[in-house]
Amino acid sequence: MRTNDLVLMLATGAVAVEPNVAARRYATAMTLGAAGAMLLMVMLLGVRTDLAHAIFVPQFWIKLGFVACMVAASLLLALRLSRPGRQLDQAPALLAAPVLAIWILAAVALINATPLQRVSLFLGDTWAVCPFLIAMLSVPVFGSTIWAMRGLAPTRLRLAGAAAGLLAGTTGALVYCIHCPEMEAPFLGFWYLLGMLIPTAVGALSGPRLLRW
Amino acid sequence: MSAERLQGLLIRGLDGDSQAYREFLSGLSGYLRSFLMRRLSSLPDEVEDLVQESLLAIHNKRHSYDRKQPLTAWVHAIAKYKLVDFLRGRAIRDSLNTPLDEEDAFFATSNVEAAEAHRDIMKLLEQLPEKQRMPIIHTKLEGLSVEEAAKITGMSESAIKVSVHRGMKALATMLGRA
Repeated sequence: MRTNDLVLMLATGAVAVEPNVAARRYATAMTLGAAGAMLLMVMLLGVRTDLAHAIFVPQFWIKLGFVACMVAASLLLALRLSRPGRQLDQAPALLAAPVLAIWILAAVALINATPLQRVSLFLGDTWAVCPFLIAMLSVPVFGSTIWAMRGLAPTRLRLAGAAAGLLAGTTGALVYCIHCPEMEAPFLGFWYLLGMLIPTAVGALSGPRLLRW
Repeated sequence: MSAERLQGLLIRGLDGDSQAYREFLSGLSGYLRSFLMRRLSSLPDEVEDLVQESLLAIHNKRHSYDRKQPLTAWVHAIAKYKLVDFLRGRAIRDSLNTPLDEEDAFFATSNVEAAEAHRDIMKLLEQLPEKQRMPIIHTKLEGLSVEEAAKITGMSESAIKVSVHRGMKALATMLGRA
């Protein structure tokens, strides 16, 4: 087939493209994914019993703010990586900022604590399950984000897969906040981060296969 | 054709102006050809196949273009993606086959001007299921409107649109694996 004939074929009957496809696809993916994660959390874990008290504790909001900033930054990163040739710009810096902030808070808390307190600040009561529960809650958003990306055109598949995994991990962590009683910065800065990184690694490993087009 | 002019044509095309869109694709194919020729200088016979594969990919993914984004960055990224994908596939195939004799490669003729590809999209079209093939033939080759194609095939208008979209995606996949 001659290239000119292909051009003619592609242009014939080409109708207007709906605008904002990326935004609408991601809105759908995030709504469904977050709803799925919420459902999993309520059914399998349950809302933390002291939530009514926790919302008056500043640390609860610091934790929520940390995770929400991670969600926003990873959403930006995933959107950028869904379009060919789109620069990442400040997305990596926006992602690093909340991590640095929570590490500074963690360092301050650890410095001001006695050695015995340090252990409990770092391990809390739930360190052994926290990363895995976050990874479990990330599954719905992981699936829906991969779906959103496949409908767009990622060209750096490993990085895009990692971004999809990170978005899933951060959203999973946000939902997990409603269940999890831990609120200390040293705990969040390690175990929450680890939970977010599990789906990130899965995304980086499976991206080239899941996202190829 | 300048990048600004191409971008203007693409944006009009995205808004539904198929004449501008044809001019865009036509101008773009020349640009893609020289881009790929420079990078595939050792495989000149593959250039036109890859030009067509890239054109099809750009068409199928045109909704991923952000109008604020430089056109060249978008096109480059897609063409490079298709090129790398092609070279990777070729490397796997080459490792399974005996490599070309050096003498043969030396005398192998190459026609860089050829605008004919080896892998024929029309032949691939025949392999599509009828539900996708007929809507493509009606709307893309015979130039019928979606409404007319719907009447002929007895499918709904939205089913025609979905089938054309899916069929073009399937063609792109088949072209990449052919």
